[in-house]
Amino acid sequence: MKREPILKIENLELSFSQYIQGLKKRELTVITNLDLELAEGEILAVVGSSGSGKSLLAHAILGILPYNARTRGKILYKGKVLSQREKERLRGQEIVLVPQSVNYLDPLLQVEQQIGISLQNKTKEQKEKMNNEILHRYGLDLAVKQYYPFQLSGGMARKVLLATALTSSAKVIIADEPTPGLDDESLGEVLKDFRNLSDSGKAILMITHDIQAALKIADKIAIFYAGATLELAAGIDFAHGGQGLRHPYTKALCRALPGEDFEAIEGRQPLPSELPQGCLFSDRCQLCTEECTRQRPDYRMIRGGKARCIHAT
Amino acid sequence: MKKHTLGKFVLYRLMKLVTLLVALCIVTFVLLELSPIDPVTAYVGADTKVSAQQRELIAKHWGLNKRPAERFWAWFSSVVQGDWGTSMIYRRPVLEVIGEKFVSSIVLMMTAWVLSGIFGFFLGILSGVMEGSWLDRAARVYCHILISTPTFWLGIVFVMLFSVKLGWFPVALSVPIGVIQSEVTLWDKVQHILLPALTLSILSVANICMHTREKVCEVMHSEYVLFAKARGESRGSIIRHHVIRNVSLPAITLQFLSFSELFGGAVFVEQVFSYPGLGQATVQAGLKGDAPLLMGIVMISLLFVYTGNFIADLLYVWIDPRMKEG
Repeated sequence: MKREPILKIENLELSFSQYIQGLKKRELTVITNLDLELAEGEILAVVGSSGSGKSLLAHAILGILPYNARTRGKILYKGKVLSQREKERLRGQEIVLVPQSVNYLDPLLQVEQQIGISLQNKTKEQKEKMNNEILHRYGLDLAVKQYYPFQLSGGMARKVLLATALTSSAKVIIADEPTPGLDDESLGEVLKDFRNLSDSGKAILMITHDIQAALKIADKIAIFYAGATLELAAGIDFAHGGQGLRHPYTKALCRALPGEDFEAIEGRQPLPSELPQGCLFSDRCQLCTEECTRQRPDYRMIRGGKARCIHAT
Repeated sequence: MKKHTLGKFVLYRLMKLVTLLVALCIVTFVLLELSPIDPVTAYVGADTKVSAQQRELIAKHWGLNKRPAERFWAWFSSVVQGDWGTSMIYRRPVLEVIGEKFVSSIVLMMTAWVLSGIFGFFLGILSGVMEGSWLDRAARVYCHILISTPTFWLGIVFVMLFSVKLGWFPVALSVPIGVIQSEVTLWDKVQHILLPALTLSILSVANICMHTREKVCEVMHSEYVLFAKARGESRGSIIRHHVIRNVSLPAITLQFLSFSELFGGAVFVEQVFSYPGLGQATVQAGLKGDAPLLMGIVMISLLFVYTGNFIADLLYVWIDPRMKEG
């Protein structure tokens, strides 16, 4: 059954204007071709290495990009293009963010108040109750309510960040790197929470570099490389040494996992300022032909998934 | 916070204050010794009828014939016992003179301090929140002009404009001329204090405003404000919940640290407006070589400035959770 996507991103391009050497201005394109679809009750993981512009995707959806950023392409929510005004109306209400680090918490607010901001329309008793509940669920002592961000350990901070979003009644949750710093037990707890939330009908966009955590819970995985989504695969495609995968990069990525061959390929991801004209992966790809270097391949449907490669089957 | 840490902190600062006071007394005394002003000449003025013998008598009466070290020690030991000596020009106990002058000065300084604090803080917040807007630019130009304006010059301009030309305020002094002390109303006093206080405050506005603005910009660009936006908090809510909270403490601290500039400014302003306060007494004591009074004022002003700094430090330790619990 094909579910109608609640959040859909078509060909998103994101660039920054920068001044280099005094007054010379240049456009730095950080996201080149990003496509994704997220349905209710679904977990989509966007997996990419650190510094590949994944967080900017979250910021673009929420309309909190810096002033010198420019986007092209479409972001659709419930089938309608999201304007900046719409984003401002929806954020915090229907679309919430689980931020990346403790720096996203006001240093002078106690945990209780941090979570409380998400519970604006509740009474004091309800707030108190929900606060206690969520802390209890993550095995945090009630004393943590009175803590300031600087007193939180990495794992505690992560849980508090999650708590700010999980207490809301939003339909879409964007989690930016929600897993680092968690011990195995808490990680399991958090992932289970995500699963429960999505089973209750919420759509979850998980932005992460932790492919293994993504594989545990995500329904679909979008592979993000050099500012583009190269492949959209189901979690199952990664099984048996990635036999179900389509794109050469994803296959290589799968082989590099500790559980598999643990074998890395040569080279590194190109920087935004040095993107090749053709396929973004062409300089590291073994299947690369002349055609690949000429123009960027389209994102096409292959066996229920998608890949941006002319050789993919 | 652990009790003994705070106790230790206070004790340490007290010890520092005592050593600083002693050092300051010595330096002031040496400077007075090196000064070309002869107290006796300054006292009798250009009166040629006073003979050399009489001058010697005055000098002897004041103890000026003794060696400097001896005089310093005599003064120092009596100060320690609580006797700050007698002012040569007012011919009254130093503490009494300072007490009286200090009261009128403190009213002036505190009025200016509160005015500049409130105005500077809000201008800084507005300017920082609307970074890059015309209001921000105007505020910055205004502050830069103010910072480079000398206090006394601004005072003279204000007197010329508001008192002489427009006649809104009295020209000088702290009470009207020719009115019996008991008939001076509160309104009279307010009228007399407003213009000097305004002059004094306008200059410290720049300082507090620029610092507040800087801090507001920093907060507005922080990740927690970004997250607040992502959570759908309105601009007003962000300012109320995050900006003011994070900016207040540095601003208040800065305001307490500005006691020294406040005192320095008061000396000029009181001179321009002939306002009979501690600032004017300082100038008089310096020009007439009134050693006991000058030494007394120097000590009191040190106490005043040091108290400001001490409160600023304490505020951080007391209020900021990062200092309190960390």
